[in-house]
Amino acid sequence: MSEKQPDFGFATRAIHAGARPDATTGARNVPIYQTTSYVFEDADQAASLFNLSTFGFIYSRITNPTVSALEERVASLEGGRAAVAAASGHAAQFLAFFTLLEPGDEFIASRALYGGSITQFVHSFPRIGWKATLVDPGDPENFRRAITARTKAIFVESLANPGGVVVDLEAVAAVAHEAGIPLIVDNTLASPYLCRPFEWGADLIVHSTTKFLSGHGTSMGGVLVESGRFDWARSGKFPSLTQPEPAYHGLNFHETFGDFGFTMKARAVALRDFGPAMAPLNAFLTLTGIETLPLRMDRHVANALEVARFLEVHPRVAWVSYAGLDSSPHRERARKYLPRGAGSVFTFGVKGGYQAGVRLVEACQLFSHLANVGDTRSLVIHPASTTHRQLTDEQRAAAGAGPEVVRLSVGLESLDDLLRDLDRALAATG
Amino acid sequence: MHEPLHYSDDEIRGVLRDVRVIAMVGASPKWNRPSHFAMKYLQQKGFRVIPVNPANAGEVVLGEKVFARLADVPVQVDMVDVFRNAEAAGPITDEAIAMGARVVWMQLGVVNEAAAERARRAGLRVVMDRCPKIEYGRLFGELGWCGVNTGVITSKRLRSGR
Repeated sequence: MSEKQPDFGFATRAIHAGARPDATTGARNVPIYQTTSYVFEDADQAASLFNLSTFGFIYSRITNPTVSALEERVASLEGGRAAVAAASGHAAQFLAFFTLLEPGDEFIASRALYGGSITQFVHSFPRIGWKATLVDPGDPENFRRAITARTKAIFVESLANPGGVVVDLEAVAAVAHEAGIPLIVDNTLASPYLCRPFEWGADLIVHSTTKFLSGHGTSMGGVLVESGRFDWARSGKFPSLTQPEPAYHGLNFHETFGDFGFTMKARAVALRDFGPAMAPLNAFLTLTGIETLPLRMDRHVANALEVARFLEVHPRVAWVSYAGLDSSPHRERARKYLPRGAGSVFTFGVKGGYQAGVRLVEACQLFSHLANVGDTRSLVIHPASTTHRQLTDEQRAAAGAGPEVVRLSVGLESLDDLLRDLDRALAATG
Repeated sequence: MHEPLHYSDDEIRGVLRDVRVIAMVGASPKWNRPSHFAMKYLQQKGFRVIPVNPANAGEVVLGEKVFARLADVPVQVDMVDVFRNAEAAGPITDEAIAMGARVVWMQLGVVNEAAAERARRAGLRVVMDRCPKIEYGRLFGELGWCGVNTGVITSKRLRSGR
């Protein structure tokens, strides 16, 4: 036995993790394995692969070498044990819940979530027998009070989209663990560079890699990461992980694969049977994006803070909700959970309500009016008329997406140009 | 749960390079048991794996005859891989010492510090709470294929073989 080896630094892992030079060709960058399938060595090896008794590639719906490199890289950056990629962040969430839940099961989610997640949880999941209970994440006790015998997980965003809400991850993780259930954290808006949920007790992390990880607005993708520390057997609430699994010939995933059994089951059952695989080209573009994640996030944060300060004193702005501002009620939590900065996606309220919000997004000349975040380009949207329009007024208000709310994703352009564009657009709202 | 044990990559790699014949105590003839997975995988990587399991003594598993006890194994064994619980690992370790094995390896979740100390005092190398299949895959480039964080970062090409 020896001392733990020193870990490589974050920036090193952002470039190298999962990407050893190709064994056959020596190719230094990760090749794009644009192939659907892989030739077996012989019938016996084929059988071993299908039985999961050996490691290797069968079909790119389940594993692909370019996608695998991305999975290992994100697992490394999060300090996790293993990861499985998916076609989108929504797909990654589906893989997580399909691996955890049985029909009739429940989970508790923060109500401060990306609107698309609320729709997925509240409207689509009940049709497959899963019930989501939404609670105000401001008080961790709200999660505890909502737990029932069928509750199998708690889901929060580390930095909520769009409300600028920072969840008390350590306290919510404690609530989850007392109930013997895992905490799932959507770490999309923070990225592992700004927030490391596993260090605060999270058990699973999901990302839309479409956002800051890919970083350039080129590629849809998602990833589900497992910490390797949740004791599925002791919990006793997850028989499909710790008992023979009928969907895989009676294999016991937890016993066979230990601390990456959850990921193996998410891949071998949920990804196999529902098929939302990430495309190899998207994995390649996302790997390339991640190489500069630390540099980009520093600049995103610096620009966002200056834009937030500019808006905070602007006469046509009613309020700014950015956890990096001293005026934010989330400032202290942001210092704890997001020490390098509170990200670059936040909301503000424009004076004049719904119509002023619509006029503002239409008047921007440099900020792009579209439904994405985490791009090199600065982005703007009016959630009430777009991403959150399918919610009720009450749900919109709870999600921080009321009629006057404008969401920005501050990009990497020259700061003066961003401020000038916003100033001009705000003038058009009057 | 116990605190995680730390072994350097070089230590584990050294063990896997150094052994050829493994006696696997608790090897199962059932294809979907973890021990069967590990046995088949290690065979594919060039190890000879001899199953030891009193419940199946005399049967043939993956081409190898099953022995009831370690003492019955008629060839020199380099490593004893313990697919049994921590309590059973004690006497198995003592048998491994007696038969002249050089390595005792206890599977994922199996830790018996007293037995390990006896083995180390007798000059054996000890690995606990690990799986040789997973460690082989991790250090020789295959585990990352299923999205596992191997912790391996290097600018060197992987050389085929061990």
